Amino acid sequence: MPYDWNFSIVLQYMPQLLWGGLHTVLLSAACIALAVPIGVVLGVIRHQRVRFLAPIAVVYIDFFRTSVALVLICWCYYALPILLGVNLSTFTAVTIAIGLQASAYLAELVRAGLGSISTGQWEAARALGMPGTMRLRYIILPQAARRMIPVFFLLVVEVVKTTTLAGIVTYPEIVYEAFRVSTEVYRPVETFTIAGLICFAFLFVTGRIAMRLERRYAAVER
Amino acid sequence: MTEEVLRIEGLRKAYGLLEVLKGIDLTVHRGETVCLIGASGSGKSTLLRCVNFLGYPTEGRIYLEGRLIGRESGGKMAYRESKLCAVRTHVGMVFQQFNLFPHLTVEENVTIGPIKIRGVPPAVAHEKAAEQLRRVGILDKAKDYPSQLSGGQQQRVAIARALAMEPSIMLFDEATSALDPELVGEVLVAMRKLAEDGTTMLVVTHELGFAYNVAHRVVFLHEGTIYEEGPPQEILVRPRRPRTQDFLRGHTAFRMPEPEMTPAAAVDG
Amino acid sequence: MAYEWDFAFLWVLWPHLLVGLAGTAKLWAVALICGLGIGLVVGIFRTAPSRILRSIGTVYVEAIRNTPGLIQLIWFYYAIPMVTGWQASAWLAAVVSLSIYTGAYSAEIYRAGIASIERGQWEAARAIGFGFGAQMRYIVLPQALMRMIPAFGNRAIELAKATTLASTIAFGELLYTAKVIAEDQMRPLETYTAVTVIFTVILLPVSYGCVWFERRLARRGGVHRD
Repeated sequence: MPYDWNFSIVLQYMPQLLWGGLHTVLLSAACIALAVPIGVVLGVIRHQRVRFLAPIAVVYIDFFRTSVALVLICWCYYALPILLGVNLSTFTAVTIAIGLQASAYLAELVRAGLGSISTGQWEAARALGMPGTMRLRYIILPQAARRMIPVFFLLVVEVVKTTTLAGIVTYPEIVYEAFRVSTEVYRPVETFTIAGLICFAFLFVTGRIAMRLERRYAAVER
Repeated sequence: MTEEVLRIEGLRKAYGLLEVLKGIDLTVHRGETVCLIGASGSGKSTLLRCVNFLGYPTEGRIYLEGRLIGRESGGKMAYRESKLCAVRTHVGMVFQQFNLFPHLTVEENVTIGPIKIRGVPPAVAHEKAAEQLRRVGILDKAKDYPSQLSGGQQQRVAIARALAMEPSIMLFDEATSALDPELVGEVLVAMRKLAEDGTTMLVVTHELGFAYNVAHRVVFLHEGTIYEEGPPQEILVRPRRPRTQDFLRGHTAFRMPEPEMTPAAAVDG
Repeated sequence: MAYEWDFAFLWVLWPHLLVGLAGTAKLWAVALICGLGIGLVVGIFRTAPSRILRSIGTVYVEAIRNTPGLIQLIWFYYAIPMVTGWQASAWLAAVVSLSIYTGAYSAEIYRAGIASIERGQWEAARAIGFGFGAQMRYIVLPQALMRMIPAFGNRAIELAKATTLASTIAFGELLYTAKVIAEDQMRPLETYTAVTVIFTVILLPVSYGCVWFERRLARRGGVHRD
């Protein structure tokens, strides 16, 4: 029996799906906003082998890199409020879970980026009489950041994909909205096909930007 | 002679068991150009890096403008990185590999030191940068990025960057060794012009022609010690001691004396 | 009031967690084997001389890598019964979806590994008279596979993490079992903490193993990094 596809009925619910997509983007932005400062600080600590702090950073990074996003989300949503004794919104719980995990990946990215800057750059800044923080801020980080941006975009792609798990704890992102639409129209395959296409369009473009940037920076540097 | 800018006493530098410098005494006076020559591994570059404290001396004293650098404790010198930053602002360094900051334009490369470290107002810093860039003949490239420049142009920018800090002394660590042969001349001309302007310079180089024409004094290093030193006409033409003679025999490329270079003609404008 | 931790119930219920863990392991193993197989075929497609094969490979890899795994899983969960007429099965949907998911990522590992072999090797093989298949089979893949092992290790870890997605379609793996226990015992804090610890204890050593192996390869020279 050939299946009778019907996309038109699902397309009527497009605004609802896009609304979910918007929430996905918002949630992703919050996760990135949390991840960037933590990741940069940890990455610098790791690269500079700061005493006492570096081993802590290693434990943090290794823990979050090998932990499972969905388990973290469940933990932050169901368990963390009990531990803290406060209510957390789904948005907050998911942001903490994914943001902290992303910060661990970002820290490794920052460490690798800093490591890719030649010792000559450190020396030239040192020879000018720059103190350590100034060397990092004006000479090393700007160069490292440029090299890290393409990979950073790929990290953003991963974060966006991970935030689709938030629907499981009832945050109204795209998968959650897709479920609601599909229970209304009984067309789950069409609904999730369209939800998938929306995600694909967004992530594919982000990935292309990463590639374009990578090529551009590769051309500028020698 | 005039006042001392740099005075090195009993300088030793060891990496683990390997002693690279075995007691160096050297003085550089204001306006003087001293060339350090010697085979690779003789310790020339290590000496230069100690003067700028990119590597800490194991033993010995370094005086800059008559002031002892570091703190004496128990017969040894102790150095604090935070204090040394201030010292380095008075010592300009030009590297073999240029080490320009690739994310900054030529102008920004030259102004970042004065603005961020010295707190010079940007307008003043840019004016001074223009002056230094003109000195090395590369003012027209001020808005370019280092990757758009040839090696010779990059090295001249590196010289301007060091000069912009208005250092007491300029150190050159084999500044032309990484350059293609046809680009060596423009950098040497720029360096010569500085020397003639009265810049105090300590130059590690393999360009014996430059040493002959420009240096007031040539110092020949051998296995971590000063083996022979004196005016270039003596050291390079009539060396007294055997190792120096061997070294010069090895440098067949040294055509002596070099044809006179006119700075204005050789530096492309 | 400080929360009173109580792990006692888990001492009683650990056989359930073990069954869940077995479900995770089964799903992981089957999807890994299928995924690596799919990846090999697609990876060769991506480096093949034929333009059509290359395009098919590219579309597949891009489609999977640019959509969330959860959407893929749910899609297969509903689409498989539709195409086959079978009843919706969480196990089948999870295996198919995770195999295809892993296939796309491992195809990239194969492709990069194959690309890392110098042109000279291909040319030398062609000079002997090997065709494309034989060049790949006898000359290129044996050299490339060694370099790919750390990347496959990481892929295996990512797959183990991805198996938790199956909890959303009620497949009895570790996280799903935990969810049931947490609700039943009303002890989510202890239960989810236990799951977190179990995953960390299993995955962290594997992750360190990958890093160790990669370093070892790098020391012996000729490691491929992506």
